[in-house]
Amino acid sequence: MANPSAVCNGHLHHHHHQKQNNLLKSGIYKKNGITKGMKKNGISNGTLYKKTFIEHFEQAPMYVAVLTFLGFGVGTVFGYLRDFMRAWGLEKRNVAAEREQQKDFVPLYQDFENFYTRNLYMRIRDNWNRPICSVPGPQFDLMERVTDDYNWTFRFTGRTIKNVINMGSYNYLGFAETDVNALKTVTIELQKYGTGICSTRQEMGTLDKHIELEKLVAKFLGVEDAMVFGMGFATNSMNIPALVGKGCLILSDELNHTSLVLGARLSGATIRIFKHNNMQSLEQLLRDAIIYGQPRSRRAWRKIIILVEGIYSMEGSIVRLPEIVSLKKKYKAYLYLDEAHSIGAVGATGRGVVEYFGMSPDDVDVLMGTFTKSFGAAGGYIAGKKDLVDFLRTHSHSAVYATSMCPPVAEQIIRAMKCLMGLDGTTQGLQRVRQLGKNTRYFRRRLHEMGFIIYGNDDSPVVPLLLYMPGKIGAFARRMLEKNIGVVVVGFPATPITESRARFCVSAAHTREMLDTVLNALDELGDFLHLKYSRYSKSSHPELYEETRLELED
Amino acid sequence: MDIKRVKDSIYWLYYQYLLITCSYVLEPWEQSMFHTITVTVFAMVVYTAYVFVPIHVRLAFEFFSQIFGGQPESTV
Repeated sequence: MANPSAVCNGHLHHHHHQKQNNLLKSGIYKKNGITKGMKKNGISNGTLYKKTFIEHFEQAPMYVAVLTFLGFGVGTVFGYLRDFMRAWGLEKRNVAAEREQQKDFVPLYQDFENFYTRNLYMRIRDNWNRPICSVPGPQFDLMERVTDDYNWTFRFTGRTIKNVINMGSYNYLGFAETDVNALKTVTIELQKYGTGICSTRQEMGTLDKHIELEKLVAKFLGVEDAMVFGMGFATNSMNIPALVGKGCLILSDELNHTSLVLGARLSGATIRIFKHNNMQSLEQLLRDAIIYGQPRSRRAWRKIIILVEGIYSMEGSIVRLPEIVSLKKKYKAYLYLDEAHSIGAVGATGRGVVEYFGMSPDDVDVLMGTFTKSFGAAGGYIAGKKDLVDFLRTHSHSAVYATSMCPPVAEQIIRAMKCLMGLDGTTQGLQRVRQLGKNTRYFRRRLHEMGFIIYGNDDSPVVPLLLYMPGKIGAFARRMLEKNIGVVVVGFPATPITESRARFCVSAAHTREMLDTVLNALDELGDFLHLKYSRYSKSSHPELYEETRLELED
Repeated sequence: MDIKRVKDSIYWLYYQYLLITCSYVLEPWEQSMFHTITVTVFAMVVYTAYVFVPIHVRLAFEFFSQIFGGQPESTV
């Protein structure tokens, strides 16, 4: 039972490289020679994963990496040139600089991050922080802004760009809407309670709305109790310190979100990182932790907690929950699952990765999630056993010091959750979840067929499309906006420096026509910017595709 | 019509060059500077190739043909 995937695959090199030229990394491997191997050993991985787990992390051809570095080299050379000109007064200084009196102190802006921001980020800064002036539904309105001095300052022309297709908002189920009928109860609550709470949970900020919402969240997830907080980021960063402290061990995934990292660092526990979604790395760390104990005293760790996310928003990958739960049970560790992007977005009825893998919510010790993404509101929750939630009610920093969620927002979450569970008498919730699944699969399939390199699991609504070269980041975003499509592009430091990407978030509110518009635009732009790097693009003949994959495997 | 297609494909190649070398993000004066340097380097490479490569290829050909083809002559 030690390495279920090792038995199943038969290629040992397969596990040690997370990103490689194989297109499929499946728990259940569908290849002729390997199924024979499975039968011989008598152990099959089919009991752990009830459906196929297909993730793609294709590597681009070598010339792409070389050209990316070349592009960054040119940018760096010109960055040094501009810094030189700024330092010698040949050019006007728009940057942050120290005052004259501070020139002899330790320099503040010399490190690479500031250099990168000044010289590379500033040049394409107009693609980020674009102000919008409507609800971020499937389409939205942008305020048009222009720059006269190459992105150092912006001014608004006063025009708005209308009906831009929104491929960047985390609006997975389409609950960010302004339909009056849908928001009826929210309007009533707004008139009843107003918007301000003006207190913390432990003083006078616990309303009956919060109790109602917490009961509903617990019922939705199938756990004993839940607690809600006003801000999703603060849910992680303020509650992890309450759960672990010095003498505890945190095993955190390589690509965890900043809120988890901040919470882990604030807690004072020892943090060890395992490779992204790599169960061998995690098991090795668990074994070392139990065998060697704490660093100098060799005592046993007070607690070992594993921090993972349901869907990783930069990669689009889904956590390998069955394997992690089996590891956690074997080595007696605790599991903290951050379902910020996966609650509402995966699973047959939208209950997150726990339902997606067909597991019971009792297997996960701390279920955390946010209401920002699929529910169109703001805030976060932590759910689990009643003892855990009661402990958090008294010991969480958020409960003591942070203002609680405001009632109209709580009502929005209640109505969205009731819609999802079917308690409002319609099947609209289930339809939304199914529509999201259909949209996701269609979008991903078409992008794969076109030949783009897409990362992540086939079922995740977060779709990163790799751009690689720094010049293409700005070109891609600007040209998509010209075609009236708003995308989010990401570069360093949110991603590794060579793997800049455009991240699409598919929504249930997108119609087939909108997706087709976006796909056609991507097709054109992919040819024009030469972005179709994939060497394994699927054709419409799956049998041929299977054969070519076999050749490449050997 | 053909002229337009030729012009479009030339523009496309120029655009690819701009994207690959990341000179798409540079300001116009930086772009001119970069283009001048690139064109100069490229011209020097072409000139060197034109002047030196045929001579070297001929010498290499003679050297290798001496090793393989020259033997019958020496035994006679």
